[in-house]
Amino acid sequence: MRAETAAAGHNLKRTQINWFKYSSPQTFFPLAAKLTPWFGAAAVLLCAIGLYIGFFVAPTDAQQGDAYRIIFIHVPAAWMSMFLYVVMAFWAGAGLVFNTRLSGMMASAIAPSGAIMTFIALWTGAVWGKPTWGTWWVWDARLTSELILLFLYFGFMALQAAIDDPRRADKAGAVLALTGVVNIPIIYFSVQWWNTLHQGASVSLKSAPTMAATMLLGMLVMALGFWMYCIATTLLRVRRIILERERRSDWVAQYVRTMK
Amino acid sequence: MLTALRCVIHRDLLLAMRRRADVLTALLFFVIVVSLFPLGLGNEPNLLRTIAPGVIWVAALLASMLSLTRMFSEDHADGTLEQMLLGSTPLGVIVVAKVAAHWLVSGLPLVLIAPVLALQFDLHQSLLWTLTLSLLLGTPVLSLIGAIGAALTLGLRGGGILLSLLVLPLYVPVLIIGAGTVDIESAGLSAQGHFLVQGAFLVIAATFSPWAIAAALRISAE
Repeated sequence: MRAETAAAGHNLKRTQINWFKYSSPQTFFPLAAKLTPWFGAAAVLLCAIGLYIGFFVAPTDAQQGDAYRIIFIHVPAAWMSMFLYVVMAFWAGAGLVFNTRLSGMMASAIAPSGAIMTFIALWTGAVWGKPTWGTWWVWDARLTSELILLFLYFGFMALQAAIDDPRRADKAGAVLALTGVVNIPIIYFSVQWWNTLHQGASVSLKSAPTMAATMLLGMLVMALGFWMYCIATTLLRVRRIILERERRSDWVAQYVRTMK
Repeated sequence: MLTALRCVIHRDLLLAMRRRADVLTALLFFVIVVSLFPLGLGNEPNLLRTIAPGVIWVAALLASMLSLTRMFSEDHADGTLEQMLLGSTPLGVIVVAKVAAHWLVSGLPLVLIAPVLALQFDLHQSLLWTLTLSLLLGTPVLSLIGAIGAALTLGLRGGGILLSLLVLPLYVPVLIIGAGTVDIESAGLSAQGHFLVQGAFLVIAATFSPWAIAAALRISAE
């Protein structure tokens, strides 16, 4: 089957630009190796700039004091957590439809990053909630759906971990991820209805005052930094997955020999 | 196709009737879990009345999940599932029949016994119908979503616990709206909107999950 996909790739090359050149693990592996340090460096740089703006340049909030500064980590992490699930489901779905091996590997490489981002968002949210709301946890619609998102990530990873055959793990994970993607908006809205029904939290995130420009800038820079971090770690992880799954192929044997 | 549908339902019901203990276990589990809550929380009637819908719904959710692992595992073990995958009947139809049989065996009894348990919680009598109807609309969705998880974890080690990890987060909307139906009615508002949403869940789940279940079965039985 591997030979077939490779052959299909070559046929395509003759007729047009080969968009799929890097869809093979073998060609993607060195590309990922080349890209990882760049994304990693960008992540360090952007996060350093973002944190500097966040902690030293941005003004103290009139209502929340300095406690608000955790949003420079919290908000980007929350954005990434949701976005990464969609990206993960996209790759998983692509793997299911086109039967490409790398797509499934990408999906399983993204999942831990997504789970970490979700966890950071929840954790920083709790740390921020204590001084601001006076409680670690509120059954707010966003908090609750974020928590369920974390469970969905865990479910995805647990399912993949339980299946020994990587191809089956990819496909089963894909079905689960796609089911989750359909469910996420339903979960979000039902949690919101539930929240309004139960007379929700007295403090709403929606009534936050408009942000100062420097705050927004700091947050956006941090968000970019988190993007870069997630891309770098995903590439790093996908390289490991490629090596592990392709360990019986010649090129990996050759690669390992050169490494020694 | 309809013959196949009826045939599979009939077969699964017959198998369930031959092993009545399995069916009764899930039902007993439901009754026991619900009865444990007053023991843990105290017998203050107002408190019990408030928690009744939630407790019954959560217990129903867990009880219907308990029997999920059996949905495909025996057919998988004795090779019936392989024949079903190879046969000319669309897998979606067979899957719908299996889910329907699962609901008849493990969902419907819960729906029927729930009002009795609700009486133990001193739930107002006018709410009993609301509770029953909400469970009637909600439990098939649980079976449909649960079947996806059951198909995905077919033949895996630690399948049962893994199944709960996969399925429970997906049950959240059903639980929220289902228990909310009773809550809103007890607050004196019309529960019609909630019933409509539950109906919508059922339609969506019935439309899409057979595909997902069939796909998952093909993956698991490869």
